[in-house]
Amino acid sequence: MKIAIASGKGGTGKTTLSTNLAHYLATAGNVVLTDLDVEEPNSGLFIHGKTIYETDIFKKIPLWKSGNCLLCNKCKELCNFNAITRILDEILVFPQLCHSCHACSELCPTNSLPMENKILGKLQQKRYDNLDFVESRLEIGEEQAVPLIAQTIDFIDEKFHHDYLKIFDSPPGTSCPMIEAVKDADFVILITEPTPFGFHDVRLAVEVVRKLKKNFGIIINRYGIGNNDVEEYCNEHHIPLLAKIPNQQQIAKLYSEGQLLWQHIPEVKRELDQVVAYLQNEGLMK
Amino acid sequence: MKEIVVISGKGGTGKTSLTASFSFLGGDKMITADCDVDAADMHLLLEPDFAESEDFYSGKMAFIDKNQCTNCGSCAAICRFDAIIEDGNVHRIIELNCEGCGYCYHVCPVDAISMIDNLVGKWYKSKIKTGSFMVHAKLGIGAENSGKLVAKVKQEAKALAEQLGKELVLVDGSPGIGCPVISSLSGANLVVLVAEPSISGIHDLKRVIQLIQKFQIPSCCIINKADINEKNTLELMEFLNRNSVKHIGNIDYNENFTKAMTEGKTIMEYSDKGLADKVQTLWNDILKIL
Amino acid sequence: MKIAFTAKGPGWEASVDPRFGRTEYLVIFDEEKDELTTIDNRDIQNESHGAGPKTSQILLEQKVQVLVTGNGPGGNAATVLERGKVETYIGAGDTTVREAYDKFKKGELTKF
Repeated sequence: MKIAIASGKGGTGKTTLSTNLAHYLATAGNVVLTDLDVEEPNSGLFIHGKTIYETDIFKKIPLWKSGNCLLCNKCKELCNFNAITRILDEILVFPQLCHSCHACSELCPTNSLPMENKILGKLQQKRYDNLDFVESRLEIGEEQAVPLIAQTIDFIDEKFHHDYLKIFDSPPGTSCPMIEAVKDADFVILITEPTPFGFHDVRLAVEVVRKLKKNFGIIINRYGIGNNDVEEYCNEHHIPLLAKIPNQQQIAKLYSEGQLLWQHIPEVKRELDQVVAYLQNEGLMK
Repeated sequence: MKEIVVISGKGGTGKTSLTASFSFLGGDKMITADCDVDAADMHLLLEPDFAESEDFYSGKMAFIDKNQCTNCGSCAAICRFDAIIEDGNVHRIIELNCEGCGYCYHVCPVDAISMIDNLVGKWYKSKIKTGSFMVHAKLGIGAENSGKLVAKVKQEAKALAEQLGKELVLVDGSPGIGCPVISSLSGANLVVLVAEPSISGIHDLKRVIQLIQKFQIPSCCIINKADINEKNTLELMEFLNRNSVKHIGNIDYNENFTKAMTEGKTIMEYSDKGLADKVQTLWNDILKIL
Repeated sequence: MKIAFTAKGPGWEASVDPRFGRTEYLVIFDEEKDELTTIDNRDIQNESHGAGPKTSQILLEQKVQVLVTGNGPGGNAATVLERGKVETYIGAGDTTVREAYDKFKKGELTKF
């Protein structure tokens, strides 16, 4: 079972929910938490433990071989991403701009651009208490988050048996990386704040998950601050409101220290139990 | 004309609330640009009228002409993004998956594929409640936020400032450290960082500062929610000092940020004089540095 | 020596565009021929990605030896310029092309 945790904007509590829910559920069953916010992976600041496995993740990029190259410029003209240029009698490839479409390589008349592996990021697997944790981190300067997310999900699929509960901490926003992270999920939890910003952004996220035809529910974080717009919206549109995490300064403090909340704050545990009850009721977990 | 860009690295630090308040303080002397196009929220506080809008295209997308397609499958065989599937007796593009590389266009034996401009969103030129103007944008679902839309919003804001003889452009910058934020920073006279003293906030701020240093743009920093973790706040201040980022002040955790937002107001319009005075002082300091 | 300036318009009196990749114009001064030319680069707005390398390419085609700009090129553009042996000077963001040229001659700009 795969559950993706997402939000329309950053800073609404996505990482807080992912880490706490995963760590809590791991006390009772097999759970793996995966941080797919590969540009700014922050779950690892809350989930410690020893690294038990580490691997580089690659993407394919063309590597220029000068030998037979006719300097015909075809590769440069083919590339829609400006990832290839010619400097005097040299062909230069910009790995960060390359989308690995293979067009230049396979259409080169002299096979002068074979595809080679280039490091895209690093995947680390950790074990913390009973929780398995995997995070991938994009190399600095790399912009291709989507292939790293896709390969990380492949790793999870291969390495963890299907009876594992798989929780994905997704990238913020509603653009391609977020879609890549939620498109294979069985259920999506959207977390937001009861404020005008939160309300505006969660509606965008709802549009995305609807377009992807996903089952989903909403959690309100910092409940009690702001207004009732999100709650009314959920009622009106028959969206399950899974939990309301209260607004407490103590939560902000523990978060700032990199601590998990559920063992310290009973209200948080109570709300996590609500989420669990919902998921069980829907047959999404045992 | 000068340009100030406000960025934060991480979401939820109060960047947009502060930027909207600065926009209010700058009033008629300033044009505001919302380049946080992934989560464009500033319009919720500044009451834009959406008077002018224009479609925005970025990149390409493949399109298969059903009447010409012979269903040979050459395109699907080479597509690395699983963006082409067989549908009845022709092939079809799955738009969400298409990267716009154009490989299929080059291999189609009967020229049934064309590359069309990809509509990714809209940008707007609006009058706002300060009497001045704001340039902002909205990205479509699943659209890729590239530097191009950010560059467009900034460019239109600058053109408007020049045309109307305004002294300042204030930019609400993009999150993260990728292409959009680089585009937000490009051409700035001053960067204002809004940080928070959480371990993830410190982590993200460090990455953003590395980026700013590369471009050698003068920068200053406001620490929001400073009393949430005083130890981390001290660590942040030391880090700023070591990296020659001017620290212009701290704001304590204050729920009136959210309460003002809930009423659709900037801090300056909300009934918390202490907080409004604080923001006013920070704005004066920013103008001094500029 | 050929010196290129990123600029917001044509000619000596244009303001320097602090941006490199998405600069609107490139003003090029050929010291030997005492000749000033302007290249309109506004089409660069249509590029979603890789504006920097593309603008760099123009400088190489023009056989420019020195670039004067505001904030400095990004990583990819910097690679092209380095390979093409173009020296980059930054910090001319608030000046006109003429003032930037004087500053360059007096050694007042920072090498990138």
